[in-house]
Amino acid sequence: MSFLEYRVKQAPTGIRKILYMNWPLVVLVTAVASVGFLMLYSIAGGNLDTWARPQMERFAVGMVLMFAVAMVPIWFWRSMAGVAYLVAFVLLLIVEFFGTVGMGAQRWIDLGFIRLQPSEMMKFTLVMVLAAYYDWLDPKRVSRPLYVLIPVLLIVTPTVLVLMQPNLGTSLMLILAGATVMFVAGVSLWYFGAVLALGISAIVGVFTLRGTPWQFLHDYQYKRIDTFLDPSADPLGAGYNIIQAKIALGSGGWSGKGFMQGTQSRLNFLPEKHTDFIFTTLAEEFGFVGAFSLLGLYALILGFCLVAALQNRDRFSSLLIIGVAANFFFYIAVNLSMVMGMAPVVGVPLPLLSYGGSAMMVLLVGFGLVQSAHVHRPR
Amino acid sequence: MKRTARDTEASNRTLNRRTLMLGGAMGAMVAVLGARMRYLQIDQADEFQLLAEENRINIRLIPPERGIIMDRNGKVIAGNEQNYRVVITREAAGDVDLVMRRLAAIIPMTAEEMQASIDEVKSLRAFVPVTVAERLTWEEFSKVAVNAPALPGVVPEVGQSRRYPLDTDFAHVVGYVGPVSEKDLEGLENPDPLLRIPKFQIGKIGVEKWMEDTLRGEAGTKRIEVNSAGRVMRELERQEGTPGLDIRLTIDADVQNFAQARLGSESAAVVVMDVTNGDIICCASSPSFDPNLFVRGISHADYAALTENDHRPLANKTVSGAYPPGSTFKMVTALAALEAGVATPETKVSCPGYIEFGERRFHCWKRSGHGTVRLGRSLSESCDVYYYEIAQKVGIDKIAEMGRRLGLGQRFDIPMSAITEGNMPDKAWKLERHKQEWRIGDTINASIGQGYVLTSPLQLAVMTARIASGRQIVPRLVRMVQDRELPVAEAPALDIAPEHLAAVRQGMYEVVNDEHGTAKSSRIVDPALVMAGKTGTSQVRNITKAEREAGVISNDQLPWNRRDHALFVGYAPYDNPRYAVSVVVEHGGGGSTAAAPIARDVILRALSDGLPPLDAYPSSQRGRIETMLKELPLRDPVTGKPPAPTET
Repeated sequence: MSFLEYRVKQAPTGIRKILYMNWPLVVLVTAVASVGFLMLYSIAGGNLDTWARPQMERFAVGMVLMFAVAMVPIWFWRSMAGVAYLVAFVLLLIVEFFGTVGMGAQRWIDLGFIRLQPSEMMKFTLVMVLAAYYDWLDPKRVSRPLYVLIPVLLIVTPTVLVLMQPNLGTSLMLILAGATVMFVAGVSLWYFGAVLALGISAIVGVFTLRGTPWQFLHDYQYKRIDTFLDPSADPLGAGYNIIQAKIALGSGGWSGKGFMQGTQSRLNFLPEKHTDFIFTTLAEEFGFVGAFSLLGLYALILGFCLVAALQNRDRFSSLLIIGVAANFFFYIAVNLSMVMGMAPVVGVPLPLLSYGGSAMMVLLVGFGLVQSAHVHRPR
Repeated sequence: MKRTARDTEASNRTLNRRTLMLGGAMGAMVAVLGARMRYLQIDQADEFQLLAEENRINIRLIPPERGIIMDRNGKVIAGNEQNYRVVITREAAGDVDLVMRRLAAIIPMTAEEMQASIDEVKSLRAFVPVTVAERLTWEEFSKVAVNAPALPGVVPEVGQSRRYPLDTDFAHVVGYVGPVSEKDLEGLENPDPLLRIPKFQIGKIGVEKWMEDTLRGEAGTKRIEVNSAGRVMRELERQEGTPGLDIRLTIDADVQNFAQARLGSESAAVVVMDVTNGDIICCASSPSFDPNLFVRGISHADYAALTENDHRPLANKTVSGAYPPGSTFKMVTALAALEAGVATPETKVSCPGYIEFGERRFHCWKRSGHGTVRLGRSLSESCDVYYYEIAQKVGIDKIAEMGRRLGLGQRFDIPMSAITEGNMPDKAWKLERHKQEWRIGDTINASIGQGYVLTSPLQLAVMTARIASGRQIVPRLVRMVQDRELPVAEAPALDIAPEHLAAVRQGMYEVVNDEHGTAKSSRIVDPALVMAGKTGTSQVRNITKAEREAGVISNDQLPWNRRDHALFVGYAPYDNPRYAVSVVVEHGGGGSTAAAPIARDVILRALSDGLPPLDAYPSSQRGRIETMLKELPLRDPVTGKPPAPTET
C-alpha cells in the first residue's frame, strides 16, 4: 500500500479538500450556466450588460459560496439542519406579515443590500432537516404513523406559508422534493399510494360533482381551473405565451436558426423570455440539437448526483444529495413541460439558465452541500 | 440507541434500491421531455417554421358596439359614428420615433401629441396596438393608407366613437363617455380586458356611467396573421363579441328640447313626471354644455369656461341641486296638520302680518297681513302666518314624516350622477348634525320650507305627483332595455285621507285659478288642461330688522346671486292628473313671475303633440306667448339639428 493510497482512505483536510471534490459536477454546472449566459446575451440583442453580466457576477459569487460550503465538514451542516430550518421558517413568517409586495406577491425581505427570498432558502433547509431527521430516526421505524406524521408536518407547514404568498410554483417544489426524500428514506410505499389515491379521488370528486347541487367549489373557481388546465381558453393571457413558445420551439427545427437569429424572441413575441421561457430561445436558436444537448447536460448532472448518493455510506449525506438533486430535477421537469405545452403555466424558472440571482445562488449553495457530503464521505 | 451493523446494512439497501427507482423515474421523465422536443422540433418543425418565418400570429380584441341610448319614442340621444383612426404597434414599427415623425408629417399632430404617443407605445407590451390619431377626415385617412410602405407598424382603422346628436339637451341626464383612467380601474378585482385597450371609452357620468354594464357589451377576439413588417395578412379566427344593449329612456326628447330652450340662459331646472307611473318625461338643467366636447377630449379653455361660469353649466340642477323649497313646501305642513288632526280645512287663523315668538318676530310675506285665513286661502295667497301657527301645533317630527312620505329627504334609484338626498330635518337630525336641541323657531322656518329644509327639483316633482295621484309614485328613467319593456308595478296608495288630499288639491287649484291666487297669471284656460300648483320664493339671505324697517330691498336691486330662488310645482289636468312639473329658477326672483310661466309652457308642451296650443292661454297673453314661442331656438323635430343662428 503506497503512501498515496493510504491517505485516500482518510477524510482529506485543509486546502487539499478541493482535490477531492466532485469535479465533473462542477464542470457540468459551469457548462450549463455558461449556456445561460450565452442565451441572455442573445436575448438582450447582443448586449452584455442587460442580463448576461449581472447573471455572470451572481454565478461567480455563487461559485465562491459553493466552494465555501463544500469546505465545511458535512457533520457541521447536519448539526445546523434544525437551526437553518427554523431560521428559514421564521423568515417565511416575517414575509407573510412584513414582506415587500413585488409582482403582486409577497416573496422577499428587503435587507437593503440584498432581497432575501425565504421560500428559496426553505427549499434546501427543508431537505437538510428531513435528511437529518431520517439520519437520526431508527430505519426500522420510518413507516410508523407518528414518525411519518413528523416529516409531513415539516413539509406541509412551510408549504402552506409559501402558498399563501401566493407562490404556487415553489410550494409545489417543496412538496415534491420533500416527498422524494421521504421516499428514498424508505417510508412504506403504502403511504405514497394512499396519498396518490386520495388526491386522485379528490380531483375526480371535484369534477364529477360539478354542476350538481353538491359541487365543492364555486362556479368561478371551476372556471379558473379550466383556464389553468386549458390555456387556449384564455387566448390573451396564459394561452398567448404557450402559443408563442411553441412556435419558437418548433421553428427552431433540427439545428436552429443560429445564435442571435431567433425571430420570435427578438421581435418580443415571447414574454418572460429571459426568465421562465428562456428555454424557448435556446431551442429556437440552436434547434433540437441544442435543446437535446442541454437536456443531456441536465441528465448528466442528475446522474452524477445519484451516483454520489449511492457511493456515500453516510445516511444524512445520501439523503441530502438526493434532496438537492430532486429539487433540481423537478424544476427542470416542470419548467420544460410548461414551455413545451405539456403542463399548465406555473411560474417556475429553469435552473442555472433563467435570469434571477436569488435562485441561482441558492442552487449553488445546494450544490455546495452536495460537494461537502462528497468530500467528507466516510472512506 | 445504537444500531447494529445489520440494521445499517438493511437500511442502506433500501436507500440504494429507492435511489435507483428514483433514478429510473427521472430517466423516464427526461426521455418524455426529449420525445416532446423531437415532436415539436422535428415532426412539427415545418408547420411552426412557416408560422414563425412567414407570418406571426397576433391576437386582438374586437371592441363591441356600445348600446344606443334613445328617448321614449326611439329618437337617438347617444349613438355611435364611424371614427377613422390610426394605430401603431411597436413590434412591427421597429423605430417608433422615426415612424411617428413621418406620420406627423402627413396628418395633423402637435409635437406634444406625438411625444405622448411615442411614450405610450414604448410603455406597453410590444404587440399592443396604440391609437395615435383619431377622428381623421377621409383625406387624411387615405393619405396614411397610401403611405403605408413608409410607415411600418401603422394601421389605419375604422372604429366606432360615441356621438350625442342632441348635444346640450341631454348632457346632464345621459352624461358622456371618456377614455378609461387609472381611477376607473382602481378597485376592480378582475377588470374586463376591454378596459385595458388604450383609449377605450366608458361612461363617465350620467346614464352612460350608471348603465355602463348594460351598454358596454362583451369583447370579441380575432387571431390574425401579420407578416414580418407587422402588416395584417389574414384573419385566422374571429369570435364576435356581444354588442351592448340599447336603452330607451322615459324622457321625451321633444319635450326635453322645448324645456331646455324655454329655460334659455337662466340657471334653472325643470322636471316633468308622469303621475300615473313615475316616468320622467323631461329633466332639463340649464345652462347646459356639449357632451361631444368631452368625448373628443375637452380643451383647457373650454373646460375653464364651463367651470368658471357662475351659472354652473356642469351641475345637473334637477337632481344635484338642493334648494329651500319655500312655499311649495306648504302642502307638506298642511297635510301633516290635517292628518294629525290639529287642523281641519275650515280651521281659522288670523294673520296680522307677523307672529311674535319670544324675542323674535316672524313675518308673513304680506306686511299688512291676510286677516282671517282658512286652508284654501293659505295656499292660494300663500299666507305664512297660517303655517307658523299650525306647525307649532303639529310639531316638526310629524311634518318631517309627511315630507318623507311625499318623497322628500330621500335618494331615488335612477341612473344619474350626483343625486342629492336633500334634507328633511327633524329633532333627531339636528341633535346629531348640530349637537343642538330643536327649537320652535326652527319649526316655524321649516313650516314654510326655509331653514334646514332642502329639496331637489326631482323630489319636488315626486312630491307633486304623489299629491296629485294619491299614490307613492317613484321616479323612473329607463323605459326599455333592448326591446324589453321594463315593468312598472302600480304604486301603492299614500296613507293619507282622501278628503285631506282633496282639500290641498283644491287649494292648489285656487293658487292658479282663483282671482287672488299667486299664480293666476299663469293659468291655463282650456278646461280640459287646467293646471293646479303652488308658487314658492325662497330666500338665500337673511333680511335684517333694519332692512325690514327701511323697506325690503327688491330683487331687481340685488346682485344676481343674492336674489331669491323662484319655484313652482304643479300638475295638470286638474281633474284627471297626467303630468306633474317642478321648476326652480336660481335667483330668479318671485315664483309666480319667474317659475310658474315656465311650468305652464312646459306642461302644456308635454300635454300636446306639438307646441303649446295658444288657446290654452288667457286671451290677453296670447300675442306675447306667440312671439315668445316663435323665438324659441328649438331643434328640427326630424333632423334634430339646432336652428341656424339668427342674424342680428
